[in-house]
Amino acid sequence: MSLLSINGLRVSIGAADILKKVDLTVEPGEVVGLVGESGSGKSMTALSIMRLLPHGARASGSVLFEGKELLAASETEMCRLRGDDIGMVFQEPMTALNPVKTIGEQVAEGVRWHTGAGRSEAEDRARKMLDRVGLPAARFPLSRYPHQLSGGQRQRVVIAIACALKPKLLIADEPTTALDVVLQAQILDLLRELSAENRMGLLLISHDLAVVTEMSTRIAVMHSGEVLETGEPARVLSEQRHPYTRQLALASVYVPEGRRLSSPLEGEVPPEAAEGVASALLSVENLTHDYPGQRASLFSKASSFRALDDVSFNLEAGRSLGLVGRSGCGKSTLARLVLALDTPTSGTIRFMGETVTGRKEAELRPLRRNMQIVFQDPYGSFDPRHRVERLVSEPLALLDPVPSHEKRRELVAEALHQVGMKPDDMRKYPHEFSGGQRQRLSIARAIITRPKLVVADEAVSSLDVSIRAQILDLFADLNRRLGIAYLFITHDLTVARAITDEVLVMHEGRIAEQGPTAAVLDNPQSQAARELVAAAPDLRKAIARRLQ
Amino acid sequence: MTAYLLNRLITGLATLLVASLVVFAVLEVLPGDPARLMLGMNATPDAVEALREQMGLNQPVPLRYLDWIGGMLSLDLGKSYTYSVPVLDLVKERVAVSLPLAVIALVLSVAIAIPVGAFAAQRRGRAGDTLSMGAAQIGVAVPNFWFALILIYIFAVWLRLVPAGGFPGWSAGVWPALKALILPAIALALPQAAILARVTRSSLVEVLGEDFIRTARAKGLPFDRVLWRHALRNALIPVVTIVGLQFSFLLAGTIIIENVFYLPGLGRLIFQAITQRDLIVVESVVMLLVASVIVVNLLVDLSYAVVDPRLRAR
Repeated sequence: MSLLSINGLRVSIGAADILKKVDLTVEPGEVVGLVGESGSGKSMTALSIMRLLPHGARASGSVLFEGKELLAASETEMCRLRGDDIGMVFQEPMTALNPVKTIGEQVAEGVRWHTGAGRSEAEDRARKMLDRVGLPAARFPLSRYPHQLSGGQRQRVVIAIACALKPKLLIADEPTTALDVVLQAQILDLLRELSAENRMGLLLISHDLAVVTEMSTRIAVMHSGEVLETGEPARVLSEQRHPYTRQLALASVYVPEGRRLSSPLEGEVPPEAAEGVASALLSVENLTHDYPGQRASLFSKASSFRALDDVSFNLEAGRSLGLVGRSGCGKSTLARLVLALDTPTSGTIRFMGETVTGRKEAELRPLRRNMQIVFQDPYGSFDPRHRVERLVSEPLALLDPVPSHEKRRELVAEALHQVGMKPDDMRKYPHEFSGGQRQRLSIARAIITRPKLVVADEAVSSLDVSIRAQILDLFADLNRRLGIAYLFITHDLTVARAITDEVLVMHEGRIAEQGPTAAVLDNPQSQAARELVAAAPDLRKAIARRLQ
Repeated sequence: MTAYLLNRLITGLATLLVASLVVFAVLEVLPGDPARLMLGMNATPDAVEALREQMGLNQPVPLRYLDWIGGMLSLDLGKSYTYSVPVLDLVKERVAVSLPLAVIALVLSVAIAIPVGAFAAQRRGRAGDTLSMGAAQIGVAVPNFWFALILIYIFAVWLRLVPAGGFPGWSAGVWPALKALILPAIALALPQAAILARVTRSSLVEVLGEDFIRTARAKGLPFDRVLWRHALRNALIPVVTIVGLQFSFLLAGTIIIENVFYLPGLGRLIFQAITQRDLIVVESVVMLLVASVIVVNLLVDLSYAVVDPRLRAR
């Protein structure tokens, strides 16, 4: 008898079928990966097992847990199973914990509820569990609150909550998506160990094929509410029997056309910094930035936090520079300074031969039209009450003279055309577009002033792999046709490989390593770069390892 | 945290200082002579002059301001013109009615609002929610004096459980005094509770959509337990804010209710003082109310930190 066996699971909300046909089994001690793009029904499958579906959702079919039909279980029976026999870990560690309760209370609570243990006994068990997930008592007493912990540490607490009672099945829904690659590797190791220790079945949900391939004994590929195929991961992904699996696997390692040939390793070697100063589009010298810290008391001086420490680099016109590193390494601070949204503590930034640092806002205007940004979250960066025409034309205010109404409309139409959208789209509102289309709109907004530099801050991170491939194509295409240079901030080394000529590896505010992208990522020299590369999931390597 | 507290305290004191300047200046710029204003049009010039002397109106303005502030700091609020007693005694007597009334009303309002709000949030979109929030809507819309009249009719006239009005004073014993305050407290509390219940519900509904609620549910806790143990405390910040605002209102804004129940409270005092142009009393009571609002706000700020550990770090 399987630990978990799902047969013909259907879930509908109103008239919409969210899940059409889900078949899945998990054996004790087995790691089953569930992959698919957003909206494919992965999370809904997990919530069906937990019977925590949103209001109004109806489930039919069969979900057997140790032979017991969960879809027919009463709420009381489910409460007994949840947290005791079935644990669950969620995607967003920053919000998954109650901010007003200590971590000790939150771990001990489930223990007390299920076992009827007293406070001190439950706290003992909570302590042991927190030790086990790598939060030792010396640094992480039970009295800590979630806000005193980092994202990775919070995810460990969530795992401690889920595993405190040694569940037979753990469902982990995108447990590492919000974490940087080094933390991701640590959390995945922890999950693997916990699964092996107690012969715990693990249902690992992820959009990341590489992660799932490395972790799982079997994977199930989901697409629009259906499990398309199931099997040993390397076999499923190398045979690619189902066309969708093939599409997914290809998109995961996608490199835009044209970039594949002119890989910097085979092509020209980028000019050295010394000779590049004169021709550099962007030149950053000895940049340092401090953030004011908290004062320990009213009378002591505030200590400051050094976010950037003596950073120097050049970016030539028309080239693409990747900025990679763990979260908190100073990537975003650097981007803000380059865009003159913040003033550095010391150092200089030159853009198109002119000094940016120390200029007044009015004097920056002519430079601003030549530098634009594309954000991670296309939805968050648009005012939902404005039409596309207004949203995309916003940067035109930077032009001198500001173009007339008709001219603006022409420019918007052209920008939309450049990013592969229709001129008619300018009359629509942002919510009428999909995530990928919205990212196209924000790229249209960025290129409407014909900038020389576009800063892309995790611009493809929240997109599904197939959409990501299209957007990477668009970036590569605009670079070719319009000669736009990119500063590409990303935590994803696959993306860095696909779109950048050179890469800066940042670590604790400093540049740990820089050079041609393929050279740095294939053969990292610095400690920080080696750690990053080792931790980054790589689909090809994972499949190769599996096939050995 | 200490820095935060000190900061709030200094802000409070500064507010008090500015308020005192404003109160003083308003009376200063009022057209005409305060003494004549207080005595009326038919007073003789001699009487006016005597009162000016008594009130110290012949002294230069800054000196008078300092005198007034100094007096308040040494608890010498001057003498009421209409009652001919020290303002301090007058205020003490009235606070002994208004403060207990406000506190009882507030406790009642919270005691009604939080369970009702939680009840509605628990049954979001179902009949219980619609019904209790409908009742709350009526509670917000109906003025409190109307409630007061209904309450008097039922409990005083019909059931004869409590007096219909008046206040025997605390010297008559705690129970008779409380009996006189209970109906006005309910009349004051109901509309406040209605507002508070709506705030509690909407705040709870928002919190119930948060990720950590799902975590708590995944632990195996039943929904009700999650609501009380996890959601409620997180939902309290807006509730505490409203409670703070309501307390200031309950202390000062009870003029109508005090009139309906014929209670000798602060509301009635300030009302009478204004109609009788007893400016010294008005000045003192206004300053007292400003001070109480500042103190309550300070308490509200403090209770944020109690509710939310993230604010303690500041």
